[in-house]
Amino acid sequence: MNTLLEDILVLDFSQFLSGPSAGLRMADMGARVIKIERPGTGDICRMLYVSDVKLPGGESTIFHAINRNKESFAADIKDEVSLRSVKKLIAKADVMLHNFRPGVMERIGLDYERVKEINPSIVYGEISGYGQEGEWKHLPGQDLLLQSVSGITYLTGNAGHPPVPMGVAVADIIAGTHLSQGILAALLQLLHTGEGALIQVSMLESLLDFQFEVLTCFFNDGNDMPLRSAVNGAHAYIAAPYGIYKTADGYIAIAMAPVAKLGELMGTDALSGYTKSEDWFAKRDKIKGVLQGVFMQKATAVWLSVLEPADIWCADVYDYDDLLASEGYKLLEMEQWVVSDKVKIKTTRCPVRVDGNMLTSQRGAPLLGEHNEKIAKEFGL
Amino acid sequence: MQLPLKGIVALEFSQYLSGPCAGLRLADLGARVIKIEHPEKGEAGRRLVIKNLWVDESSLLFHTINRNKESFAVDLNNEGDMQWLRKLVARAHVITHNFRPGVMERKGLGYEDVKQMNASIVYTQISGYGEKGPWKNKPGQDLLVQSLSGLAYTTGSYDDAPMPCGLSIGDYLCGNQAVQFIIAALIKAKKTGHGTLLQLSLMESLIDFQFEFFTTYFQSKKVPQRARFNNANSLLSAPYGIYGTADGYIAIAMMPLNELNKALQCEALRVYSEEDSFSKRDEIKEIIARHLLTGTNQYWLQKAEALDLWIMPVLSWKEMRAAEGYKILEMEQEIMLAKDQSFVTTRCPVRINKQLLKSNKPAPSIGENNANIKASLA
Repeated sequence: MNTLLEDILVLDFSQFLSGPSAGLRMADMGARVIKIERPGTGDICRMLYVSDVKLPGGESTIFHAINRNKESFAADIKDEVSLRSVKKLIAKADVMLHNFRPGVMERIGLDYERVKEINPSIVYGEISGYGQEGEWKHLPGQDLLLQSVSGITYLTGNAGHPPVPMGVAVADIIAGTHLSQGILAALLQLLHTGEGALIQVSMLESLLDFQFEVLTCFFNDGNDMPLRSAVNGAHAYIAAPYGIYKTADGYIAIAMAPVAKLGELMGTDALSGYTKSEDWFAKRDKIKGVLQGVFMQKATAVWLSVLEPADIWCADVYDYDDLLASEGYKLLEMEQWVVSDKVKIKTTRCPVRVDGNMLTSQRGAPLLGEHNEKIAKEFGL
Repeated sequence: MQLPLKGIVALEFSQYLSGPCAGLRLADLGARVIKIEHPEKGEAGRRLVIKNLWVDESSLLFHTINRNKESFAVDLNNEGDMQWLRKLVARAHVITHNFRPGVMERKGLGYEDVKQMNASIVYTQISGYGEKGPWKNKPGQDLLVQSLSGLAYTTGSYDDAPMPCGLSIGDYLCGNQAVQFIIAALIKAKKTGHGTLLQLSLMESLIDFQFEFFTTYFQSKKVPQRARFNNANSLLSAPYGIYGTADGYIAIAMMPLNELNKALQCEALRVYSEEDSFSKRDEIKEIIARHLLTGTNQYWLQKAEALDLWIMPVLSWKEMRAAEGYKILEMEQEIMLAKDQSFVTTRCPVRINKQLLKSNKPAPSIGENNANIKASLA
């Protein structure tokens, strides 16, 4: 057995990012992942135009990043004949997952209760936006909307900013990760019991879990709302100097550090009075304002050469160009090329090393229905 | 309900958030998670406090991350303690640690040593930046890794300074990636009897998190730029973003401009076609923003609902907690402490067979389970 999930067959009915990112991770672990897609259009993400960057054939870079290392079986599950084929596939699968809105799979006849009749040991995963019941259950599970409902937009940025969403689809990615955790745990249990399971996550519950540390603070501290710092906000609950500061030629990030000592190292006596750690939170805006003024006087590299040797936790602030040029990034070998029928693109690899090896795969995202013939033959559909 | 990881023993040498949040998930899924702590100092996270909230000798933050676990206090420099620990390692299924590279090896607890004691162990090590290279001794602190990973340039608008995520996202994501791979490796161990070494870093987890952006950047060779106005995702066109209204904020997801304008009825927006939605996104979004200030949240949300548009109100925690849609999730649970005290925290976000995974077991005191564990090993 060469991979962690060898011989595991996953049928992925999901679209966009949340479910497919779970499928991607299982594919990286060695599972065989087959996307079940609607003929004609397929996963809507194929045509999700992103910025002005498109690949030959009009498909989005994002689709190719999310769906590498998978197969595609095009089938209209609303059509009875196709549905019969899909059910034959389900009978052979170890895992299936979807991210349709609540009720859709019930109407098609592929909800867990009915799938269990076809395959009692299947692990069935589903991702919703807001859970399976309640006033929000029919709402679209869209990342920005979920971020907005979850309160997370009041944690990033400064006090003077409007609510600020995270610029990456964090709800999708975290929900996909949680789904994969649940599915894998059920697969492990299956080895003992022979029984399958229904695993459910929602993007809202996943975003609440992501905020578990600060939400717990809120629950138990008289429901005090988070207050972002007015200056250089980085974390609403952490004291000065924590933040990103502008320097003479760029930026520098400073994590937790004793304020008076930091001031001394930076050659200012304006902070010498701040020896008590209580003040670092209560007076953080004032402290950070002073620090910002001093940081502006010299270049980032100069500050790093002063602060790093003194064990102050600090770092440069990189954009992608800076990062790719750095030695530390190159050593990680995070990039890989994947090849599809029409295109060859560069993307990132799975971030985890197993037995010292990187998990890479050159297999690019499939064309819509690319594997229909092969799968039909193999499974006698 | 029998939890799926019942019978699994995980030893947590980890500190702060990345490793311990992985341990918390394993515990909620049914594993027995034992923190290995120094007899006097304990895990460093016990003294990491936010808003000065303490439960006992340990902070509320520590209690939040370490509920549902046990504690075995041992001095890794004491040979007597190490003998007990080696017995425990021989019976464990999982080890996690997030020491800097080399520390566990010096204690005789590196993967090669542990494999001799326990061939099927799933051994997980989390670092800040990987285990070699110029960053290997740099503190693996979340804000620093965010800053080096490019993430700070994905959030906020073009004229803002680089804006970090207001949560310890590198720690959290890395811990959650670890959980997936630990369980997958347990599946392999069950089938083959072979253990696995897993290596993760906050940096690789944060690059993975941005994989859509990196892939787009590799193709275009241009760093994605945040929109000048109301940026919410640098890869997306107008109207995507959060907008102020007369009395609050609303979020507008991706949708064709003419669809949006059925709700807005904004004259100035009519001249823009869908082709303009990316190239002219800033001016379009400014027009939308000015127009939305003329109505209240409720006014716009009613219009959006009638047209089935992807628009939601932006809620604070207080507003969210008062909403029916939040209450029905039953996301909160009470953790029982000594002396009739308790605190409220969130539960595991995964449901199994429609059951919520709840546990009211609190975090352990340092060495709380030493006697029991030693008795079971004797």
